[in-house]
Amino acid sequence: MHRTGELYGQFETLEQQKESAALGMWVFLATEVLFFGGLFMTYTLNRHYYGTAFGVGSNTLDLKLGGANTVILILSSLTMAMSVWASHVGKRKATTGFLLATLVLGSAFLGVKVIEYKQKFDHHLIPGYHFQIDYRAQHPAPNDDPKEIEAEKEELSKAFAKDPDLNAHAQLYFSLYFGMTGLHALHMIVGAGMLLWLIRQSMLGRFTPTYNTPVEMIGLYWHFVDIVWIYLFPLLYLIDRHQ
Amino acid sequence: MQAQFPLIPEQASNFAPTVDLLMLFIVAICVFFAVAITAAVIYFFFKYERKHQTEIGVPIHGDMRLETAWIVVPLVLAMAMFAWGAVVYVDYRHSPGDTLDIYVVGKQWMWKVQQPNGLKEINEVHLPVGRDVRLIMASEDVIHDFSVPAFRVKMDVVPGHYNTMWFRPTKAGRYRLYCSQYCGTNHAIMTGWVTVMEQGDYAAWLSGAAGAEANPLVAGQKLFAERACITCHSSDGKGRAPSLNGLYDHQVLLADGKTVTADDAYIRESILQPNAKIVAGYQPLMPAFQGQLTEEQIIALTSYIKSLQNEPPPPTGAGIAPASGKK
Amino acid sequence: MDTPTSTRTATAPIYKIPEEHYLNATYGIRSWLLTTDHKRIALLYLFSVTFFFFVGGIFATMIRIHLMTPQGFLVTPETYNKLFTMHGVAMIFFFLIPSIPAVLGNFLVPLMIGAKDLAFPKINLLSWYIYLIGGCFVLYSFSTGGLDTGWTFYTPLSSVYSNSAVTPAVLGIFINGFSSILTGLNFVVTIHTMRAPGMTWFRLPLFVWAQYATSIIFILGTPVIAITLLLVGLERMFHLGFFNPALGGDPILFQHLFWFYSHPAVYIMILPAMGVISEIIPTFARKPIFGYSFIAGSSIAIAVIGFFVWAHHMFLTGESVYAALAFSFLSYLVAIPSAVKVFNWTSTLYKGSISWDTPMLYALGFIGLFLIGGLTGLFLACLGLDIHIHDTYFVVAHFHYIMVGGAVMGYLGGIHFWWPKISGRLYPEFLARVSAIILFAGFNLTFFPQFILGYLGMPRRYHSYPPEFQVLNVMSTAGASILALGYLLPMIYLVWSLKYGVVAGPNPWPATGLEWKTDSPPLTENFLVTPEVTWEAYDFETRPDLELDHIVAGKLPAPAHGDD
Repeated sequence: MHRTGELYGQFETLEQQKESAALGMWVFLATEVLFFGGLFMTYTLNRHYYGTAFGVGSNTLDLKLGGANTVILILSSLTMAMSVWASHVGKRKATTGFLLATLVLGSAFLGVKVIEYKQKFDHHLIPGYHFQIDYRAQHPAPNDDPKEIEAEKEELSKAFAKDPDLNAHAQLYFSLYFGMTGLHALHMIVGAGMLLWLIRQSMLGRFTPTYNTPVEMIGLYWHFVDIVWIYLFPLLYLIDRHQ
Repeated sequence: MQAQFPLIPEQASNFAPTVDLLMLFIVAICVFFAVAITAAVIYFFFKYERKHQTEIGVPIHGDMRLETAWIVVPLVLAMAMFAWGAVVYVDYRHSPGDTLDIYVVGKQWMWKVQQPNGLKEINEVHLPVGRDVRLIMASEDVIHDFSVPAFRVKMDVVPGHYNTMWFRPTKAGRYRLYCSQYCGTNHAIMTGWVTVMEQGDYAAWLSGAAGAEANPLVAGQKLFAERACITCHSSDGKGRAPSLNGLYDHQVLLADGKTVTADDAYIRESILQPNAKIVAGYQPLMPAFQGQLTEEQIIALTSYIKSLQNEPPPPTGAGIAPASGKK
Repeated sequence: MDTPTSTRTATAPIYKIPEEHYLNATYGIRSWLLTTDHKRIALLYLFSVTFFFFVGGIFATMIRIHLMTPQGFLVTPETYNKLFTMHGVAMIFFFLIPSIPAVLGNFLVPLMIGAKDLAFPKINLLSWYIYLIGGCFVLYSFSTGGLDTGWTFYTPLSSVYSNSAVTPAVLGIFINGFSSILTGLNFVVTIHTMRAPGMTWFRLPLFVWAQYATSIIFILGTPVIAITLLLVGLERMFHLGFFNPALGGDPILFQHLFWFYSHPAVYIMILPAMGVISEIIPTFARKPIFGYSFIAGSSIAIAVIGFFVWAHHMFLTGESVYAALAFSFLSYLVAIPSAVKVFNWTSTLYKGSISWDTPMLYALGFIGLFLIGGLTGLFLACLGLDIHIHDTYFVVAHFHYIMVGGAVMGYLGGIHFWWPKISGRLYPEFLARVSAIILFAGFNLTFFPQFILGYLGMPRRYHSYPPEFQVLNVMSTAGASILALGYLLPMIYLVWSLKYGVVAGPNPWPATGLEWKTDSPPLTENFLVTPEVTWEAYDFETRPDLELDHIVAGKLPAPAHGDD
């Protein structure tokens, strides 16, 4: 099928083409919801079984980094929405600029995520044979705040009393943490790749007020990934913060 | 011929005639519909065979009354099947009160069975005829399934769970026992025999064969001391933990205000994960025994705790809810 | 032309294969491997699913030979377990699920709705490649240690205890899932947005409705099994514990997640076959289908209710009695739309003008086998009976009646029905009828004894069995050898017909769908001019363009006296 200008050969009209793309993206997002759904189900059941271990695991996460990432991601959704608007009204430079901003924010998110993962690695919180929930409490780094370590030790001893199998159950939490945030990060990386392509297309002036479907579709995708994080953040970071 | 090609297995439990009758009911309905539809199709094929090349059929687009009829009629019949099946199943899942409890542990690839008096069997189960029997089953590794076609019963044996099932053998004999849930390489030889005996024979068999075996009650009592359970769960109710006298099968009041029945599953959970349910008035002090005890040791402890059922509970310090009584 | 009794040689016009069509539009291996033409992609799928069908078929043959004696004389227990596992995985994930949707659906959906192609042709090609990559992973697993978990991958057997190549297999199925998802997505969008002018929803061929319902399951079900099997793979690789009770996980959760997809997957296999039958019956009875909207609606109803019956595979796991009651109830509800379809097909035959062409024989066979398969589902949905027949050969027989008796009969019926459109030529009618009858007989001999075996208590997945079951097992094996012949014959004569078959012309039956309004084989663009639909589905009355006196197909060679 050959492409005639903005119209791909299998379609009759531009309108039909746009409608197809939009429907396709929504259907794809429905698939994605179910895809994450399996993980959310596993999370729900295990958190129900092992509330204590999930609380302990959640408290080892860095709330500041997680919070910052949430803000970054919401901002990136804003810039993404702006670029969609800009492409609708035909502002080429603004479109490119906003896309670039989205890409920068998305990369920042991934950067923060790398820092967080590194921390978990240092604290032996990567699921596997070396997983040890109280590693940090046992082997504090020189620059760790002793008070913080004390508090953590106390929390852990309480938790161990409640749930002697804490290590295994906390490992379940971290399996889910890495599974869910990892899958989310993978979606971000794919999104970043698509943003790169969009930026190039936009610089080449491919997008006009009549043809901006790719910006809109990738925008939808980006918002979806953002929303997933909005669920992940409280479920993973905020389980047991009220104490 | 009948002996060589039976269509149904032997009927040897209280469920067998019920299940077979239910089967017959559904077979009758299904055969009726299958035959009627097939006959109609074949009849139409011959009756309306194309007569000449340009012939077309009579354009009939549908009929609301017919559509309604063949939605409603099958629905009613389906609901009848559902209801009957549900009645049998609910009965099957709720064991009656006074049962003979047999413990079954499945592991790759054998059945370990323990009689109430502690007699152990492998891939063999001896049962008395006419008694309600309850199997309490656990698995040491993967999911198995304990199945006796002659009794028309089966139940998955799931690691980490206790599953129970009950039935009443009605006919003496030897019946095949299978593992019905695929469990790895030797799944097909994880089979055995259930021997149903007259009650007198069973008692004789039990006492004759039991002599040398350790009684789980005794083993449980020993464990109860060895593992220092007794230091807190003292029988006078003055320890740091509730007395277990008279506990089994009674209501327990929990710290969160709920009550539970102290059945096998509760006792198992309380040993393995004591803090899942805390008895009202006590601190969560007990260490968890998850991974510390074998399934057989848990069974031994449970039988010991059950043997305390008829001991009088102390006036205070028993875990039993005040307004207790048999459930 | 004036004597309706004359034979084909007397009346059939001589057709020629059109000069340009999708098969000869471009040449070379690149033009196939990089094609975005839905018809060529359908053929790519046809070759690949046929390959997996024979892989699975070889395993099945070995299973049946092994079970001829109670001890099992062909292979060791380990190997036997691998055989039935690999048979299941190859057949379900790589043959049955893609068969009708990806082969016939791909070929026909755009043609039937009057579109030039699917909405996303490149994604369509991509899904074939994803299927291939997934298939390679699974073949890698088969050839390096095999797979012995059962196609159901129950944990903790699969995640902890099995020593076979589980990880590549689950990754392969995970990857293959995306092929299904993308195909489903493509179909849904295409059916929504690409219909030709006048092709309203209620003028759509019922095959398209069935594909639409199937696509819904692809989209909503497949991601769940993909993530679940990925978790099993991760659990094996990194010693995680989602489903491992020793580490705090719950093996029953796996079953819930697994069946949430894998029960609807049964409808993925049978719904498209029902769609094929709904095309064949009105065509060969030459009348509109009885209760069009009920058949269309029942497809959707099956797809929707089918999502809420999964735990009927788990009545004996110790799940709550209330859950069991609810799932049994819903399982009976999902039986109703299937019954509605069967009643409507039967009524369509009433006062028809029925010809006994091969596709119609397959449709007749489908009704018979699906009836038995569907009705025995009522036994399994019944809580009280399921206690006894769960996990026995009764279940094996039941789902083979649905999946082989139903889905494969539908698939082969469809292949025969649309073969003239795909290849431009007719298959040899006599051989085709013979092999349809062989298939039907062989199938029943293979699987009917298994119902009795099951009720007698023979459990599934046993490499050896008590001697009292031997007679029925030998019958089953005997049937399987007849069945194998029934599958080989069509392979041979269909390939033969590619070169020597009679040229079919655009509409050899004739049938009413849009796909028959274009050349056989069609152009790459399907239609020279976008067609406009002014008739209802399966309307023979007001269609002079069908040229009923010109039919070329379906006639057996004339008897010697030249008259009937």
